[in-house]
Amino acid sequence: MASAPSKLYADDVSLVVVLLDTNPFFWSSSSLSFSQFLSHVLAFLNAILTLNQLNQVVVIATGYNSCDYVFDSSSDLNRSFENGRMPVMCSSLLQKLEEFLITDEQLSKEEPEGKIKPSLFSGSLSMALCYIQRVFRSGALHPHPRILCLQGSLDGPEQYVAIMNAIFSAQRSSVPIDSCYIGSQNSAFLQQASYITGGVHHKPQNLDGLFQYLMTIFATDLHSRSFIHLPKPVGVDFRASCMFFKLA
Amino acid sequence: EDDEDDVDLDAWERTYTDERSWESLQEDESGMLRPIDNQALYHSQYRRRLRTAARIQKGLIRYLYIVIDLSRAASEMDFRPSRIAVIAKHVETFIREFFYQNPLSQVGIVTIKDGVAHCLTDIGGSPESHINALMKKLECSGDSSLQNALDLVDGYLNQIPSYGHREVLILYSALSTCDPGDIMDTIQKCRKSKIRCSVIGLAAEMFICKHLCQETGGTYSVALDESHFKELILEHAPPPPAIAEFAVANLIKMGFPQRAAEGSISICSCHKEAKVGAGYTCPRCKARACELPTECCVCGLTLVSSPHLARSYHHLFPIAPFDEVTSSLNNPNCKLQRNCFGCQQSLLDPGNKPGPAVVCPKCKRYFCLDCDIYIHESLHNCPGCDSL
Repeated sequence: MASAPSKLYADDVSLVVVLLDTNPFFWSSSSLSFSQFLSHVLAFLNAILTLNQLNQVVVIATGYNSCDYVFDSSSDLNRSFENGRMPVMCSSLLQKLEEFLITDEQLSKEEPEGKIKPSLFSGSLSMALCYIQRVFRSGALHPHPRILCLQGSLDGPEQYVAIMNAIFSAQRSSVPIDSCYIGSQNSAFLQQASYITGGVHHKPQNLDGLFQYLMTIFATDLHSRSFIHLPKPVGVDFRASCMFFKLA
Repeated sequence: EDDEDDVDLDAWERTYTDERSWESLQEDESGMLRPIDNQALYHSQYRRRLRTAARIQKGLIRYLYIVIDLSRAASEMDFRPSRIAVIAKHVETFIREFFYQNPLSQVGIVTIKDGVAHCLTDIGGSPESHINALMKKLECSGDSSLQNALDLVDGYLNQIPSYGHREVLILYSALSTCDPGDIMDTIQKCRKSKIRCSVIGLAAEMFICKHLCQETGGTYSVALDESHFKELILEHAPPPPAIAEFAVANLIKMGFPQRAAEGSISICSCHKEAKVGAGYTCPRCKARACELPTECCVCGLTLVSSPHLARSYHHLFPIAPFDEVTSSLNNPNCKLQRNCFGCQQSLLDPGNKPGPAVVCPKCKRYFCLDCDIYIHESLHNCPGCDSL
């Protein structure tokens, strides 16, 4: 599919909605630790905000029992920068993320041992799309929105219908969904999402250099993507999951 | 009488002859002008639409013929610039919307001119070919014949597979029909063939159209103006309720072709010439097709990709409508959710009182009115239910 066209308002101002996978089932077995991952991601988010002073970043945490907003760069609390010290952004994001993780865990019900739960990707994707619709309603001059998914958990086949609905709605509104898969296998849902909406999908080879992958591939605004060489899909896995039995 | 007045009006005045926006202003008890609350109006219209869409079985594989009346009545200028120009414009929008919502369905176009019905395009799944063919042939003349159109469509629709739903949408501008025989027989024939005929009239209500729609289970409506016509025609884009006996439910064989690798060369079966690169190979006979969805030219297998099927899923798994929140000041729950769960917009109005909001009956999350419309019309997922 052709890459997403850019609209003619503010041409290189971006709104990036980041969906952060916080599923403990994945992070407990990942080679990259969650704190290292966060340091890469926070540096990347700061970089996006410095690329253009009108850029906006929104972060939604994707848990295994719930999803919630943890950061919005356009809200009044986060706008002031303190001279010389770490921007207010990091501390408020980390604080809200910690509160979210505690609440997410408390929502766990009794589960049989050994069952790995997927993260609630369809929920956070739907919330991101609702937020983007609100940005579209705010008037003619607004940043170009896109969604960046940082996922490592395996696909949950029971979410197939919901994820496909979200993908088609994003395609209709011309919102590209970029995805960076940091798990060990492959995610058919993320590949399909990026292919159908005109976003970029990448699975980094070496997770120690995650920040470099994020900066070189995912920091580009939509207007510049027409003249920057980004990874193209080699083969897209279009496998569906059985609608009746909810299995892959 | 408007046509005579138009000659004396300036161009800027002519734009106001159709829309009289000042007529929709209202006064309250003290004589002050009441501001027009567009958002609440829009939301109440949307809720009316939602109430009529109940959870009924729908026909997803549709074979629809659009019958366009090109008699001299279609060149009337009561719709600006002429009825046929308005019809053509909105048929184009309709065809695109139809294929977006029903990727597995097919459309054909039939025209009625000088009392004779012609098939303009064969039934097929490519929106561009229909639109291009339509835009070239828009000359109007002669009488209209409803019976000839129905006979022609009946002949074509009898050839389609039994699992498909047969539909006709007639866009009728004329006030009469010149038929060679008894149109009541034709209507009964259509009813026996299980064809669902709907009519959108642009002139006035006609008994024969109403009778046709009642007999075949379709809908009849008459457009009042251009925007109403657009609304009426787009109502036919989502799949209509299916009458179970009309289409036999059986397992349909479909192929899911792989995309050929970049740089591979093969002979394309639709263009009959060699092509390089992107194309799809039929899993049964390995012939190459250019685009999906289509039918393989060699073995006749329906070729689709799974996103095409997935586009119809929301018709099978609709989400429950949200309930309106009655703002009662004593309700403690109102204070808990100050922001819309989907977009984080504040649900309080400028006076810090609870503003209009809706709640999902399953997950009990609050949403603003705009998210309600977006979720039910475009997204088809409740973010609250998916985050549990």
